Amino acid sequence: MAVLFLVEIAGGKVKKASFEIASYAAKVANQLGTEAVGLALGTASADELAALGIYGAKKIVHASNVAFDTFDAGATAKAIADAADKTGATVIAISQTLTGKAVAPRVAVRLQAGIVSGAVGLPDADFVIKKGAFSGKAFAYMKITTDKKVISVVPNSVGATKGEGSATVETLDLAPAASRVTVKEVVRQTGDVAPLPEAELVVSAGRGMKGPENWGIVEDLAKVLGATTACSRPVADVHWRPHYEHVGQTGVAIRPNLYIAIGISGAIQHLAGVNQSKCIVVINKDPEAPFFKAADYGICGDLFEIVPKFTEALKAFKASQH
Amino acid sequence: MKFLVCISLVPDTTTKISFVDGDTKFNNDKVQWILNPYDEWYALVRALELKEANGGNVTVVNVGGADNDQVIRKALAIGADDAIRIDVTNDVDSFAIASEIAAVAKTGGYDMILLGKETINYNGSNLGGMLAELLDLPFVSYASKLDVAGNTASIERDIEGGKEILSVDVPFVISCSKGMAEARIPNMKGIMGAKTKPLNVVTPQGVGSLTSTVKYELPPAKSACKMISADNVEELVQLLHNEAKQI
Repeated sequence: MAVLFLVEIAGGKVKKASFEIASYAAKVANQLGTEAVGLALGTASADELAALGIYGAKKIVHASNVAFDTFDAGATAKAIADAADKTGATVIAISQTLTGKAVAPRVAVRLQAGIVSGAVGLPDADFVIKKGAFSGKAFAYMKITTDKKVISVVPNSVGATKGEGSATVETLDLAPAASRVTVKEVVRQTGDVAPLPEAELVVSAGRGMKGPENWGIVEDLAKVLGATTACSRPVADVHWRPHYEHVGQTGVAIRPNLYIAIGISGAIQHLAGVNQSKCIVVINKDPEAPFFKAADYGICGDLFEIVPKFTEALKAFKASQH
Repeated sequence: MKFLVCISLVPDTTTKISFVDGDTKFNNDKVQWILNPYDEWYALVRALELKEANGGNVTVVNVGGADNDQVIRKALAIGADDAIRIDVTNDVDSFAIASEIAAVAKTGGYDMILLGKETINYNGSNLGGMLAELLDLPFVSYASKLDVAGNTASIERDIEGGKEILSVDVPFVISCSKGMAEARIPNMKGIMGAKTKPLNVVTPQGVGSLTSTVKYELPPAKSACKMISADNVEELVQLLHNEAKQI
């Protein structure tokens, strides 16, 4: 038995999505009367791995070969499948990050396991799992009918549950498969906010900003909230903002706790990437903007006046909380 | 160079989604089916561009019934040389679809198998990785740039908050995201030519599914948006704190 989950590591640090997948795996393990075991590949500190115990992991198996520091979907999938065999895992839980999307289907084929990708809930007693479908416009309940099962879980869908404890960290002897891709360069955004798919708070802006030179007020607001910045497709297309900030159907699909949309009309393609957000705030000068229909809170007016005032009000609020 | 582009049919983006038979089946009534945008805009068009630059052949492959032929012809009108339809008429999962395409791909001698980053109906992003594993090929996902020199491809792919630049030798499987290419509109010559291009129907292997969809559900209706006066942003702060509990 055992429920195996993949610990994702970037630059030697455990990624935030992995806290959530540890909690998810622990809950599935609890349902099945077994325990959650994490698999860490490549360079990582034992202390950081042990800290996954707070989220419910009992044990972390660590294959520390530096070859794993460079990502190759085939080699990573083989390592996960081998680890599943060695730990006797029957359920494999992976975050549906870009890494997860590349490896989970390969793992499923290797293990001859059925897979549910895009899970947003825990399996029930019949191993039926709720997942997003039709680009956020519906949910499907899928049943896995094989003995071994792979679940790819949407980040920020079930949340990380903090408890107490520390996971034991054991060395796992895994021979990395020869990588068939040559990674030349990895370019990451700077700063310490969470990257978009994992971000809980997102401040996003669109064409209503009129030009890239006006983004300061968006960044100020994001800074006060500790939020990640995002943008709509048209402004990424004209390079006002970097490609990786683009959320929507053709960009990144996200489901943060709070999504603040500034000067974005809310075309159906944009909504498809953000409509699973738990709370949506829309600031737009057009009262007919379709985004208001999908929003929880709306302010109609000039964003160049509203956004700085909102930032100041938030600052005052945060100060009053201390 | 031989390119195989996997194309899926999906309901048009603006389709109102509903279900029938006690929410166990997607309601096909009045649905307009289109090529999955990522398969069409990014994978197919980039394959055509590479073929136009370096020579070769672009084959599209679809898994489905004869109703799909009309939409498959659109891929031929955009510029694919020929099409394969694997004649599966029942509902199957991504593993069954991947297995059917892998069986066709095994004998085709393709250098590159391309597909969109995901379909807009199931959003699983499963097919590319499954195909790569079934065919024992490298897989590069969410690629936003692809160039080829000789047998080596230079690729940029999306990673969380950034990009990775890599190279890989053919053959390989690649899923394509934004940046790869721009959508093409078929011209009259393409549309006329598509009618006579080969669309080969292949008998499926009959591989079974490993999962089944039990039921569907629509998200709960969103309650009306609460409008706040532009002069009263403090109210929004209070609502976000006390009501939404997000700050």
